[in-house]
Amino acid sequence: MNVAASPARPAVATPLDHPAARVLIGRHRLRWWETLPWLAAVGLYFAFPAYLGFGTELLVAILFALALDLALGYAGIITLGHAAFFGTGAYTVGLLAFWGIWTEPISSLVLAGVAAGVVGLLSGLVLLRTRGLTLLMLTICTMALLEQAANMAHDYTGGFDGLPSLPIAPVFGVFEFSPLYDNTQYVYALIVLLICFLLVRTLVYSPFGQSLTGIRENLLRMHAVGSPVRRRLVICYTISAALAGIAGGLWAQTNAYVNLSTFDLDRAATVLIVLILGGYGRLYGAFVGAVAYLALEHFLARIYPTAWQLGLGLLLVLIALFARNGILGLGEALWRRYGGKRAAS
Amino acid sequence: MDFAADFAGIFLGGLAAGTVLFIVSVGLSVTMGLMGFVNLAHGAFAMFGGYVIVLAMNRAHFGFAAALAVGFVATAALSVLLERLLYRRLYRAGELDQVLFTIGLIFIFIAGITIVVGPEGQTLELPPALGGQLNLGFMQYRTYSIFLIVVGFLIVIGIWLVFERTRIGAQIRATVDNRRMAESLGINVDRLFTITFAFGSGMAAIGGGLGAEFLGLDPQYALKYLVYFLIAVSVGGLGSVVGVYYASLLIGVLDFTLKLYLPKGGTIFIYALTILLLLWRPQGLLGRKET
Repeated sequence: MNVAASPARPAVATPLDHPAARVLIGRHRLRWWETLPWLAAVGLYFAFPAYLGFGTELLVAILFALALDLALGYAGIITLGHAAFFGTGAYTVGLLAFWGIWTEPISSLVLAGVAAGVVGLLSGLVLLRTRGLTLLMLTICTMALLEQAANMAHDYTGGFDGLPSLPIAPVFGVFEFSPLYDNTQYVYALIVLLICFLLVRTLVYSPFGQSLTGIRENLLRMHAVGSPVRRRLVICYTISAALAGIAGGLWAQTNAYVNLSTFDLDRAATVLIVLILGGYGRLYGAFVGAVAYLALEHFLARIYPTAWQLGLGLLLVLIALFARNGILGLGEALWRRYGGKRAAS
Repeated sequence: MDFAADFAGIFLGGLAAGTVLFIVSVGLSVTMGLMGFVNLAHGAFAMFGGYVIVLAMNRAHFGFAAALAVGFVATAALSVLLERLLYRRLYRAGELDQVLFTIGLIFIFIAGITIVVGPEGQTLELPPALGGQLNLGFMQYRTYSIFLIVVGFLIVIGIWLVFERTRIGAQIRATVDNRRMAESLGINVDRLFTITFAFGSGMAAIGGGLGAEFLGLDPQYALKYLVYFLIAVSVGGLGSVVGVYYASLLIGVLDFTLKLYLPKGGTIFIYALTILLLLWRPQGLLGRKET
C-alpha cells in the first residue's frame, strides 16, 4: 500500500491524513484513565488529611522523577547526577528566602527552574559530547562539584547544616504555608506538578519528543537522517534540568529548609530507582514508581530499616534481570497476554 | 624546614592512601575494560573482603597475612559465584540495567553486613611490627604507611609483569583493545573475564583490609568511597593498570593535601580536575580504547 502524500494522488488530501500522522495524533489524545492519578490526588486531600505531608513529599518525588524521565527515559541520557539540578533549584529558593531577597513562592520557583536550566545548559553543552561510562562519571562529578561548592560557601549556604526555617510568603498573598497543616503545600505542589506534567506530555508527543525517542533507539540512524542530535539532546537535558530545579525549589518551599542532602548521590540514586521501578520512558512511570517506593519506604523503612534496604536491593536486582520496564511494563505485558485479545476484538 | 617535613608527611600519607585506592580499583579497571560492564558494586566486594579480614583477625585470631589470604580467597570465591549466576546475564544489557543491578547488589551487601555483623564500625588491630614509627633518615614516619607504599609498588610491578610477559596477560590486553577480534582469534573471553573478575575482587578485598585502619570499615563503606573508585578508574583509563596506579596516587596525595589545608569542600578540586581531564581525554590518562 503506497501512501506517499504526493500531489499526483488526490485521495490523500493533507499530510494529516497520512496514517503515520494519524497514529501520532492519536497518541496525543487524552484517554479516560489519564484522569485517575489526579482524581486520586484530589481524593487523598479529602480522605486522608493526616497524610498530606506525606502526599506533598510524594508529589515532589513524582515531579523529580518526571524530569529525569525526560532525559533518561525519552532521550536515553544515562545520568546518576540529576540531584545537581534538584539541589540548584532548592538552593536558589533557599538562598533567596533566607537572606530576605525574594520570598514570593511562584516567582521563586520560576527562578529555581531558570537557575537549574542554566546549569543544565552549560553542563549539557560539554557533558553530552561524551557517552557511556564517561558521561555517567561526568554527571556524578558535576553533582559532587556543586555539593562541595555549597559546602565551601558555608558563610552563605550554612555548609553541612544548611539553611533552616526559610520564610516563604503566602501564595497569591492569601494562602499561607503552615508548618502544622500541609493543606496549602499539598494543593500548591499538586498544581505545580499538573502544569509541569502537561508541559512534559505535550513535549514528548511533539515531533521534538519523537526525535528524542529516535535518538535513544538508534543514534546512528538519527545522525543519518540529518537530525541535529547534539542540539536536541542539550535542549532536552536543559528542560529536564529546569524541571528538576522546580522540583528542588518545591522541596525547599514545602519543607521550609534546604541542606546538602539535596545534592546527594543518594538522592540521585533514589530518583533513578523510583523511575525504573515505575517504568521509564512512559510518562506515568514516575507516578507509579514514586507511589510504590515512597509508600514502602514510609511504612516499612521507619520500622525495619535494614530489611527495607535488603528488600530494595533484591527488588532492584530482580528488576534489572527480569522486569526491565518496571511495574507499568509488567502491567502492559500482562494486559497483552490476558486482556489484549478482548480489547482488540 | 618544618614546612618541608610537614609536606613530606602529607605526601607520604597521600601516597599510602592512594596505594589503597589503587589496590581496590585495579580489578574494576580491568574488568570494565574487558567487558564494558559498569560494576558499581566493586566497592561492596572491597567491603566484604575487609570484613572477612578484620573478623578473621579479631574473632578467629588469625595473623595479618593469613587474614589477608583468607579475605582474598573468600571474596574471589563469592565474586565467581555472583558472576556465574547473575552478572553474566547482563553483559549484553544496557548500562542502565547494569547500574541498577549493581546498586541493588550494594544495598544487599550493606543490609547483609548490618544484619550479620552489626551497624557499628570495625577496627583493625595492626600487628606490632607494623604499628610503630620508622626512621627514614631524614624523618620519622609511620611504618604502616611505608609498608603500604612498598606493597602497592610491588603489586603494580607484579601485575605489570603478568600483563606484559604472560600468555593470559597478552590475552587480556588483546581483549581490551578489540574484543570481537580477540574472540574470533579463539580467545575464551568468558573464561578470561571470570578469572580477572575473581582476581580483581580478591584484590579489592585486600585493599579493603589494608585500608580499614584509616578509612574505617562500616556497612556504608561500599557507597561512601564509590565515587573515588570510579574516579580512579575513569581517570586512569579502562583496562590500564599503570594508568590507574598514577591516577590513584594523584588522587590520594591531592585528597590528603586539600583535606588538610581546605577542610571544608577542598575536594571540589578533585572533581573539577576529573571533569576537565575526562573532557580532554574521555578514555582516561592511559586508556587505549577509543570511546
